[in-house]
Amino acid sequence: MGGSIPPALILMGAAALLPLFSRRVKPVVCLAAPLICLLVIYATPPGAHWSLSFLDYQLVLGQVDRLSKLFGYIFSLIAFLAMLFAWRVEDDLERCSALVYAGSALGVTFAGDFFSLYIFWEVMAVASTFLILARRTPAARRAAARYLLVHLFGGLFLLAGILMRLAASGKLAVEQVGLDGGAANWLIFIGIAVNAAIPPLHPWLKDAYPKATATGAVFLSAFTTKSAVYLMARTFAGAEALIWLGAFMTFFPIFYAVLENDVRGVLSYSLINQVGFMMCGVGIGTPLALNGAVSHAFAHILYKALLFMSAGAVMYRTGKTLCTDLGGLYKYMPLTAAFCMIGAASISAFPLFSGFVSKSMIVSAAGAGGMVVVWLMLQFASAGVFHHAGIKVPFFMFFGHDSGLRPKEAPLPMLLAMGGAAFLCIFIGVYPQPLYQLLPYPVEYVPYTGAHVIGQLQLLMFGALAFCLLMLSGIYPAEQRAINLDFDWFYRMGGRAFYRLCDAGLNGLNRVSERALAQGVSRALGGYCQAAPARLALVLMRPLWALQGLGVPERERREQFLNAAMEAGGFPVGWAAAVALIMLILLFVL
Amino acid sequence: MSVSEKKGFFDKPGNFRRFLTAFFAALVVLLLVDFLVSKHGHFSWEQAPEFFAAYGFVSCVVLVLAARVLRRLVKRPEDYYGR
Repeated sequence: MGGSIPPALILMGAAALLPLFSRRVKPVVCLAAPLICLLVIYATPPGAHWSLSFLDYQLVLGQVDRLSKLFGYIFSLIAFLAMLFAWRVEDDLERCSALVYAGSALGVTFAGDFFSLYIFWEVMAVASTFLILARRTPAARRAAARYLLVHLFGGLFLLAGILMRLAASGKLAVEQVGLDGGAANWLIFIGIAVNAAIPPLHPWLKDAYPKATATGAVFLSAFTTKSAVYLMARTFAGAEALIWLGAFMTFFPIFYAVLENDVRGVLSYSLINQVGFMMCGVGIGTPLALNGAVSHAFAHILYKALLFMSAGAVMYRTGKTLCTDLGGLYKYMPLTAAFCMIGAASISAFPLFSGFVSKSMIVSAAGAGGMVVVWLMLQFASAGVFHHAGIKVPFFMFFGHDSGLRPKEAPLPMLLAMGGAAFLCIFIGVYPQPLYQLLPYPVEYVPYTGAHVIGQLQLLMFGALAFCLLMLSGIYPAEQRAINLDFDWFYRMGGRAFYRLCDAGLNGLNRVSERALAQGVSRALGGYCQAAPARLALVLMRPLWALQGLGVPERERREQFLNAAMEAGGFPVGWAAAVALIMLILLFVL
Repeated sequence: MSVSEKKGFFDKPGNFRRFLTAFFAALVVLLLVDFLVSKHGHFSWEQAPEFFAAYGFVSCVVLVLAARVLRRLVKRPEDYYGR
């Protein structure tokens, strides 16, 4: 494919040209661009493509192998579905930034060197920020600012790591880095960990995604975290720290998800939880675990986008996303409800749905490695995710109490996009072989065994029983209009404390300086200068008056007269003329 | 087409009870089928009868009870960060 264009540039080019098209053609362009990417990726053989020289370095925009191809497929596919979902969005800002965002994710995926990767990485951060800004509310604006700061912060870690690694070893290729190589590798790791939302670097996700537009959140759910998963799999496969970070990551967000009131907040926490499974798989690092992590990313992008689409469709029709405001919508949006439940079944890893055939590989790899605690944590998280994402999200939106809302069913493009994603969720679940054939390593894993199906069904259904009993007995924490503190407290309140510190410290210094300089020194100087001519005159006149033999009262009268005249500038014209004449003579003589 | 006051599945009398009955029946079937499948697994306890049912149930109860405690620690008014 020597003549073709890199997939990233196809989408970015489409974004650049988009404003030139008419209103009716724009959505078609947005759909066509990801499809062209899909074809280009399919047709490109493994190897290095699209390389160019930059200074002394060789940049590679197309490192194509099984791993990058798989992520290329799913990113193009989800860009297509999300664009279909956003068919009716008549906002060039949102469409263009979504195209650039998807394009930069593809750029990260196929980057063969860390320089071009870093460029795409930062473009991704900036483009995605506009999907939050496009909501155009004050809360979204503030969240977007925090989101951008966090990602630029992470980007700086990545850049520092890349440069240190380059200086130390001269290596620029995106390849296995590992954690054993000193500070440079850790900096790269932290940079990626910010985008992967590994705790305690995760709260940006829950902070920003619920504040994005109805369609923007669909894009956001797919690219940032999953391109980080891809990069972790490429650079830190087998890093033991990731096993524990991943297991913790599956574990703690589910407690928050139980309490969270915003449906898209619940989905954000479950996103972190699901990426935790992937991180754990990358950390275990065996072929089975890596296959699991990668296939779970593939399946996850589809069902998570589907869940965000259903929440987005409800938001599009009702303008609401809080559990306390929603409920009983299954009568009015039956198709959206059905699609949402397919997404919920997939994320919960019900047999015959996509999560079942991907997540179980990771859990099985933990078992094969004899990791007792990790295995128990992952199973706990599996039950927990069904509890909050599987039951809570559909229950509070579409069932539960009647909210009094009477919306219409979602518009046709949204239904088509959700239908497409739902179809793929079931297709992968029922017939996983096509996905398995795309994975980086040969797959020997068999998901559908009697014991596995029954075990998983028991885990989920008895979790559901617990939900029922706790709900009916009133122990289940009721949805409340409130927020729950998370790690972002440290930088949000820390930022405020820093602001106050600067306010007290620097502004205090300003105040003291102002008092000392502006009011003290300069006033004294000003007063002195103002009084100077009068004093000078007095210095000259006093000896004269003394020689004239004037009495003290007369001298004082004259002094007062002189001072007053100097202050008011009220000299007799003759005096002024005389002084000027004396000055001229002095000048002439000297 | 009027969209006001539709009758849904759960508005029909008895349907909710039927739904619950089907749900509990499914649970019982799952408990019984557990004895019929040949177990394989990496750990010994995976072979224990009804392990996953117990683990799923206990997990979710623990999850909710822990979340209640967590709420006491972290709950703040909606405008906590607001100005």
